[in-house]
Amino acid sequence: MIELEGLTKRFGTKTAVDHLSFRVRPGVVTGFLGPNGAGKSTTMRMMLDLDNPTSGTVRIDGKHYRDLAEPLKYIGALLDAKAMHGGRSAYNNLLCLAQSNRIPEARVGEVLDLVGLTPVAKKKSKGFSLGMGQRLGIASALLGDPEILMFDEPVNGLDPEGIHWIRNLMKALAAEGRTIFVSSHLMSEMALTADHLIVIGQGKLLADTSMADFIQQNSRSFVRLRSPQQERLRDVLHGNGFIVVEAGNGTLEVDGATTEKLGELAAENGVVLHELSAQRASLEEAFMQMTAGAVEYHAHGTDVHGAQAPGPRWGPPPGSDSDPHAPTSEGA
Amino acid sequence: MTAPAHQPTQAPYAYVSPIPVRRAHLGDALASEWTKIRSVRSTMWTLGVMILLMLALGLGVAAIAAASQRAMSEDGQAAMVEESALGFGFFGMLPAAICVITLGVLTIASEYGTGMIRTTLTACPSRGRVLAAKAIVFFLLVFTVTTVTAALVAVAQVAIVGDIAAEPTASEWLRATAGAGAYLALLGLLSLALGTLIRHSAGAITVMIGLLLLPLVVGLFMLSEALESVREWLFTYAIPSQMIALYSDQPPFGDGPAGWEPLFILAGVTAVVLGGAFALLNSRDV
Repeated sequence: MIELEGLTKRFGTKTAVDHLSFRVRPGVVTGFLGPNGAGKSTTMRMMLDLDNPTSGTVRIDGKHYRDLAEPLKYIGALLDAKAMHGGRSAYNNLLCLAQSNRIPEARVGEVLDLVGLTPVAKKKSKGFSLGMGQRLGIASALLGDPEILMFDEPVNGLDPEGIHWIRNLMKALAAEGRTIFVSSHLMSEMALTADHLIVIGQGKLLADTSMADFIQQNSRSFVRLRSPQQERLRDVLHGNGFIVVEAGNGTLEVDGATTEKLGELAAENGVVLHELSAQRASLEEAFMQMTAGAVEYHAHGTDVHGAQAPGPRWGPPPGSDSDPHAPTSEGA
Repeated sequence: MTAPAHQPTQAPYAYVSPIPVRRAHLGDALASEWTKIRSVRSTMWTLGVMILLMLALGLGVAAIAAASQRAMSEDGQAAMVEESALGFGFFGMLPAAICVITLGVLTIASEYGTGMIRTTLTACPSRGRVLAAKAIVFFLLVFTVTTVTAALVAVAQVAIVGDIAAEPTASEWLRATAGAGAYLALLGLLSLALGTLIRHSAGAITVMIGLLLLPLVVGLFMLSEALESVREWLFTYAIPSQMIALYSDQPPFGDGPAGWEPLFILAGVTAVVLGGAFALLNSRDV
């Protein structure tokens, strides 16, 4: 459990983190989301006692970071992948960390094995690819087998296989009852990993909500239809009171209907369908809308739980949604 | 093992590390720093080059001096010199200082350069402990290596030049070995402290080498009468002059320090800068 209370950091006149209060609970993956420069890394550095807060506190299981007896056994962090001495071997980079917290040397081999770096354990880490560097950073976070794990942008620069591996690793670690706190600027990535979501923009708390709630509240679902008898289909839908939006490329989009209902309707009227699919508007877009106006949202940073940013409901003007990459299929 | 996404399930228990937790202390930090310093190649390089320079210059100068003295004694001139042969150790000590400075700065500034410092301080949030461990490990390593090398050089020099030079006293022996080792190790410690303050390898090495060599060079060109006192001071207290003073019983320049005194001066300066490094490291964001 990590608790932040009124955490504030100013650099000169610029406020990087502004009265941030939230809790990170054990057993779930908590996503920490915000656009670049929102203050995510500064917040994480303050959590680890690397930066001194201007005001406010961070408590880890009720204690200040500095008061943890052997911190690596409570909390492991991946801040940036290259935060290792490149001239040192992967093994020795981990060994010196282990020694400072009296972690048995055997554990170094274990974590290297866990992240798949055993074959290059004796190689200098400066020759590592970005993906290998991330794995080494994750190995160092896991070294003390800690209760809390913090990952700052762990999927940055990873190949699809590496991304998949990190996702599953985080979920597995959370399932063991650990507290997982992971930052990202990619909503789509968070949607696949996180159970709980904390969104910040310009250092302020914008949302502290479960992923399921966030999706429900911020995504517009609609049905996409394609037919060689487009005119007839449109008439049928209109006749049944549905609002039909022409989305280009001969497809129609219908809000507020299920695929079952529309499929049955088409069958009753003998309309041939080439496509009938449920679509969900991209969460990325909902997230961008939420953070774009970050400045306007004051006073939502102090409520620790259930603080719901009054972010605009997703709703671009009908017909603007012709970008084939923006909507994601519901089944995905 | 995997929890389904989008369905937050409160785990029945919070995970607790199976590795027993005790309060970490300086000993753990020392072990960690020892692993760090022995596992980078720059340590081997700087110390290796330092040993070679000390041996080559110390013995080379002694050999040349011995040869020229013998040549003179065959001409029937007075052969004996008043000083002992140990003073030739100075010629290896000056370039050795550059190696020690580099290693001292790199010991901490490379952590800032690579970002390793964040990992280090996350593992050991007591910053004073980290700096203390680095300082102790660095000082002991450099002191041991330089003292052993200086002792080898001193023994060889006395063997080469001894018959035509004064017999070194016990105090001279001690200063030429442990004294020289301590002086270089302190100079390295000063570099380490400066590296902590500047947090940039190239910057801190440049400042330290400037501090080592510039006072003499600047003094050399202070030809004006009006600057005479400044020139005198620079010549007396420049680090190379202090190294020479370490080898002699009498002040070699004016009424400046001699014998063990240069070591005490350097120790004082290092203590002050190291104190500043501790204070700043504790208060600064990483």
